[in-house]
Amino acid sequence: MTRYVLKRLLLLPVLLFLFSVTVFAIVQAPPGDFLTTYVATLASSGSSISAEQVEALRREYGLDQPVWIQYVRWMENLAKGNLGLSLEYQRPNAELIGERLVLTVVLALFSFVFTWIVAVPAGIYSAMHPRSALDYALTVLNYVGVATPNFMLALVLMWSAFAYFGVSVTGLFSPDFVEAPWNLARVVDLLKHLWLPAVVLGVAGTARLTRVMRANLLDELHKPYVTTARAKGLPEWRLVLRYPARLALNPLVSTIGWYLPALFSGSLIVATVMNLPNIGPLLLRALVNQDMYLAGSILLIYCFLTIVGTLISDILLAWLDPRIRLEEG
Amino acid sequence: MTAPVLEVKDLRVHFFLDEGVVRAVDGVSFDVGPGQVVGIVGESGCGKSVTVRAILQIVEPPGRIVGGRILFTKDGAAAADLTALDAKGPVMRAIRGAEIALIPQEPMAAFSPVHTVGAQVIEALRLHQRQWRPEGAPLSRREARALTIELFRSVGISMPAERIDAYSWQLSGGLRQRAMIAMALSCKPRLLIADEPTTAIDVTTQAQVLNLLRDLQRRDGTAIVFITHDLGVIAQMAHHVVVMYLGRVMEQGAVADIFDAPKHPYTRALLKSIPSVRAAPRTLLPTIAGSIPHPLGRPRGCPFHPRCPDAIPGICANRVPALRPVGPGQHASCFLYHRDEADEP
Repeated sequence: MTRYVLKRLLLLPVLLFLFSVTVFAIVQAPPGDFLTTYVATLASSGSSISAEQVEALRREYGLDQPVWIQYVRWMENLAKGNLGLSLEYQRPNAELIGERLVLTVVLALFSFVFTWIVAVPAGIYSAMHPRSALDYALTVLNYVGVATPNFMLALVLMWSAFAYFGVSVTGLFSPDFVEAPWNLARVVDLLKHLWLPAVVLGVAGTARLTRVMRANLLDELHKPYVTTARAKGLPEWRLVLRYPARLALNPLVSTIGWYLPALFSGSLIVATVMNLPNIGPLLLRALVNQDMYLAGSILLIYCFLTIVGTLISDILLAWLDPRIRLEEG
Repeated sequence: MTAPVLEVKDLRVHFFLDEGVVRAVDGVSFDVGPGQVVGIVGESGCGKSVTVRAILQIVEPPGRIVGGRILFTKDGAAAADLTALDAKGPVMRAIRGAEIALIPQEPMAAFSPVHTVGAQVIEALRLHQRQWRPEGAPLSRREARALTIELFRSVGISMPAERIDAYSWQLSGGLRQRAMIAMALSCKPRLLIADEPTTAIDVTTQAQVLNLLRDLQRRDGTAIVFITHDLGVIAQMAHHVVVMYLGRVMEQGAVADIFDAPKHPYTRALLKSIPSVRAAPRTLLPTIAGSIPHPLGRPRGCPFHPRCPDAIPGICANRVPALRPVGPGQHASCFLYHRDEADEP
C-alpha cells in the first residue's frame, strides 16, 4: 500500500511535465498572440496603437521568441514558484488566481458534500424499496434534476429569492465583505452565501449519483453474501449498510477524483449568471484574450488538482477494498 | 418419540412475477426430529432452496409465504409458528442465525469480499451472544475473537489465528466452506440448514466437508436439513429423505426405505439415473423422459404425470395426489397407491 502510494507520487512530476507541454501547446494553438487580440480590441473601441509600440511590447513580453524559448522561460519561472504576469491585467497571476482558486475549491467541496449526503441515502432507500411511492418520486426528481440546466435553476432560484424574500443571492459575499481581508466575519458571510451555488452546482450530480447508487445497490442486494448476513439475523438496515451498500459505494469512490475538474469547467455559466468570483470566468477571459501565461497557469493547476484528486480517490478505494489493496502489494 | 424440532405443514411459497404466479413451493410437509439429518433432494427448480429460505423467513420479494405453518420448538418451550412472526422483527431475528443457522451454497460468494472472514463470524457471535452468555456481561470483542479462533480450530482450519484475519478470496474452497460452517455453528443452533454445501467445491474437499459435518452433527446432536441434488450425498448423510418435484413432496421416508424400496415413479427414475460402477460398459445412462416444465407452465394434476411412465390415464392429469403412507414411516403422493386421496388443486 505504501509502495503503491509512493509509486504514484513519484509519477506526479512526470505527469505534470507532460501536462505542461500539452497545456502550453494548447494555449499557443490559436493563431496570433495576446498583442494581435489587444490590437483588435483597441481597434474595435476606436483607439489605436502604432506598429512600433506593438513591436516594443512584443519584445518586452518575449512574444517574439520561438515557442520553445517561451516555454522554457515559463517553466523557469514556475520552478521558482512564480506563475508569471498576466498580460491583460498587468498583475501577478498568483494574485489573480489565488483567492478565486480557494473559493472554487471550497465551492466544489461543499457541492460535493451536498451531493453525497443527499444522493447516497436516497439511492440506498430507493434500492431497498424499489417500486415504492417514494422510489418513484425520487426517480421523477432525478430526471428533472438531470434534465434541468443548472444555470436555469440558478436563475429561477435567484428570481424567487428576490421576488418573494427580497434578497439578492448573487455572489459569494455581501457587498461589505467583497474586498475585506479574511477574518471570521468574512468566513461566516461566505458560508451564508455559499450554500445556494453549492446546491445549484450539485443538483445534476446528485441526481446522477442517486441513480448510480440505486442501480449498484440493487445489483449487490441479491448477492449470496447478503443472504448470509440476513441468515445471521442482522437487522435489515444494519446489514444493508454494512455489506451491500459498502460494496456499491466502491465504484462511486473511484469517481471522486473527477469531481473538481468537472466543477472547474461545468460551473462557468452558473458562475457568470450568479456572479461567483471563482476561477471559471477568469479562465474563459484569459483564453479569449490569449493571456497565455494566465490561461496556462490555471490549466496547469487544474491538471495538478485532477491528478491529486484521482490519487486521493485511488487511495480511498484501496483503503475501502482489500481486493485492490492487497493485490497492489 | 420426542417432539420434532421442526414441523413444516402444507407450506406454500409463491412468487408474484409480472408474467404470472410461480408456485415454487406448493404444499410441502415434513418433520425434522432432534438430532436428525433430513435430506431434501430434487432437481434444480423443485423448490428445495425456497423451502429452507421460508424456514429462515428470508424469502425475497416477489416471493411470499402464502400458506402453511412452520413450527419450531426450542428446548423445553412450546412450538412457535415461524410464519406468524414478523420476518424482519426481533423475535425472528433472534431465532435466525442463533437457533436456526444456514450454510449457504457458494462459500466464495457467501462471504463479503471486503470483510475478513473472522470479522463476519465475530459479528454473528456478538449478535447472538446470549447463546453463549445467557446471563452477565456481554461478549467482548476480544472474547469473541478467541471463541472464533477456537471455532475455526474445531472445524479443522489450520493456523486459525492467522486465517481469522484473511479475506474469503484468500482461502481455498474447502477452507472457505469450513469457515462458513464455523460461522453457522458459532451460535450453537438447534437446527442447521445446509443448502447444497458441497456443490461448489471439488470432490475430495467435498468428502472432507461432509465428514466434518457428520462428525459435528454426532458431537452436538444438531438437527440438519440437508439440501442436495446428489443422491450419493444423501445416502452418506441423511437419516430421512424428502424427494421434491416442482414444489411438492413426491415421497419421503427413512433413507434405507427410499433407496431400497422407492415407491414413487419419480424416486425410482431418479435412482435409476445414478451412474453405477457395476453397469455394463458403454451403455447409455437412463434419464427421466421429457424435461422439467417451465415454472409458469405447471401441468394440471400430479406435477410429474407428463413424464411418468406409470401415469394412469384420466386420473393423474386431473387431480393432485395427496401425501399418504405407503409403508412404515414412508409416504408417497401417488395415485398408484391411493387412488382416491387427492389434495385440493
